[in-house]
Amino acid sequence: MNRAAIDLWVGVFVAVGLGAILFLALKVGNLLTLDRTPSYRVEASFDNIGGLKLRSPVKAAGVVVGRVESIKLDPKTYAAVVTMRIDRDYSFSKDTIASINTSGLLGEVYIGLDAGGDTAMLNDGDHIAKTQSAVVIEKLISQFLFDKASQGGAGK
Amino acid sequence: MSDLALALRRLGGTVTGGVARLGYMARFLGAILWQTPMAFRRLHLTVREIYFSGVLSLVIILMSGLFVGMVLALQGYEVLQRYGAQEQLGLVVALSLVRELAPVIGGLLFASRAGSAITAEIGLMKATEQLSAMEMMAVDPIARVVAPRFWAGVVSMPLLAALFSAFGIFGGYLIGVRMIEIDAGAFWGQMQAGVKVWPDITNGVIKSIVFGAAVSLIAVLEGYDAKPTAEGVSSATTRTVVISSLAILALDFVLTAFMFRGVGL
Amino acid sequence: MWVVRVTAAASPQTSTPACPTENAVVLDAVTYGYDPRRPVLRGIDMTIPRGKVVAIMGGSGCGKTTILRLIGGQLQPQAGRVLVAGESVPDMDRDALYAMRRKIGMLFQFGALFTDLNVFENIAFTLREHTNLPDELIRDLVLMKLNAVGLRGTAHLEPAELSGGMARRVALARAIALDPMLVLYDEPFAGLDPISLGVVGQLIRELNDALGITSVVVTHDVYESLKIVDYLYFVSEGKIVASGTPDEVRASSDPFVRQFVDGQPDGPVRFHYPAPPYHKALLADVE
Repeated sequence: MNRAAIDLWVGVFVAVGLGAILFLALKVGNLLTLDRTPSYRVEASFDNIGGLKLRSPVKAAGVVVGRVESIKLDPKTYAAVVTMRIDRDYSFSKDTIASINTSGLLGEVYIGLDAGGDTAMLNDGDHIAKTQSAVVIEKLISQFLFDKASQGGAGK
Repeated sequence: MSDLALALRRLGGTVTGGVARLGYMARFLGAILWQTPMAFRRLHLTVREIYFSGVLSLVIILMSGLFVGMVLALQGYEVLQRYGAQEQLGLVVALSLVRELAPVIGGLLFASRAGSAITAEIGLMKATEQLSAMEMMAVDPIARVVAPRFWAGVVSMPLLAALFSAFGIFGGYLIGVRMIEIDAGAFWGQMQAGVKVWPDITNGVIKSIVFGAAVSLIAVLEGYDAKPTAEGVSSATTRTVVISSLAILALDFVLTAFMFRGVGL
Repeated sequence: MWVVRVTAAASPQTSTPACPTENAVVLDAVTYGYDPRRPVLRGIDMTIPRGKVVAIMGGSGCGKTTILRLIGGQLQPQAGRVLVAGESVPDMDRDALYAMRRKIGMLFQFGALFTDLNVFENIAFTLREHTNLPDELIRDLVLMKLNAVGLRGTAHLEPAELSGGMARRVALARAIALDPMLVLYDEPFAGLDPISLGVVGQLIRELNDALGITSVVVTHDVYESLKIVDYLYFVSEGKIVASGTPDEVRASSDPFVRQFVDGQPDGPVRFHYPAPPYHKALLADVE
């Protein structure tokens, strides 16, 4: 095998191999396009974020418009402060409601945005005022049992 | 001396021998790394070795990847449909390949095809005094013969593992979507939603690099150390395949335990 | 007939490869054993003057190749000194050792050509590794070396395509590629047909004289050696048992030399490997 032929084949091999890695990263994994598109930051505080994690999606009407960038605890209010990055193509009104939902009963946790009617839009660094915390199943069940118990007691 | 005592003594000897060999291996790796800049001054040597280790392994890697992917799809479907979760097939095939099967099976195939070839080649060069001749010509055989083969293995393995995964996913697609007729959108969609660049793909690549280094190091070491006879070379070649395979599986356990401990990100 | 004319044109480098000291190689009371408890060489004293062809002869496994390895610095003696061009080889650090090896050429038994390179590249190997000469000059030098050994037409062949004798000659061309001051030959005559024997023998002598180098030939081919060398050493059981010029050796009455030169089956080197008495072995009960 002469050197030119070897170099050619090795070049092809390396190119195809790197292409395979790229294919895996882009088509198979979810290398985020959002990482490359311009985005702006928005904050929101929740009493309970439930199973929300870093990089969880932010959706509006079921469409992914952003990702959770960081989750911190406010030392004064003991509320969870979530910072999310939203695609610049989408603007939301200042009175948008951010709620923590679960897709399906046991699916992944995400932040849902319901746009309001305010003409003023959220800017980079703004804080979403109205939020709805995650529904924690245990609290729901104990609430239900408590209500049932008090109903039964009142009924007797 | 009783048989038991003798057996224990032999066992202790093997263990200490193994530990000593590990130390020798580390020193050898140090020598290779030390000689690396000189080896890369002659880049075409390494390129040539990438051809012999990587390009010539393509056929076996791609075919194996395809078949493994197809089998995964068949087996995966059989189990998932018991729970009504057939839509997840793409995810199952992709995750299994990228996280585990591509680095491990790719590594084992690489060890038996390229690793044994490297050991045989170096061992034969030793037996025909070519390494001695090189030394007498004031050229360090580690820089010229060993280091290029080592780095060729380290570079080739991640590329081969990625190609294994890609062909495996394609094989899974062929069986899952074309043959079993799962919804193509669900197949790719669930895959894209569930397979994450970090930690799944990145860790898969890291594993394949580590396995490539391990196999290459063992292969060049066994060749360099082989007894300069036909028998010596043949037993060195066998040892390469056996020890590399065990090393891959052991390292796989260690790496997996370390990488996928707290996944849920 | 012999038409190779080895002239100074075979070595255009003006830097003199000749050895700076009177004696190219000196071994002084050298003792060595691969297993330190059983030395192969016991107190060897050897002087190889510059410009001469010296043969080291002895039976198989007597340590001849070990001497070459000691000279080349691949082995360290357990006792004694090894001096090459006046410098002690075992005391050299890695850089000094490599610098010295660039001035030594070695012809290995059966050639030891690099099987992944063709003939041209084998000879160009040291030129490429140790010099920055441009490709045209390297090509000219390689062709000159090949011409000196009569194999210029084989430049594009692979080592596997060469016969034993041709491979040996290519290896010789490779050994002199950098115009060394000292060339070591490990069994250059082993396994060759009579014509190739004659060729290699003549080449060793003519190259030595034309290039002003010193040659050490380890061999047990008596006939060829007596034709071409200036001095011989005989090694047996780790010691030098005899030495002399070819004429002295031919006329010698030393029993070892006579047995070796005349090829007698029995003499100082016994025919029978040590064993218990014959009649006892025959009469003993079968185990």
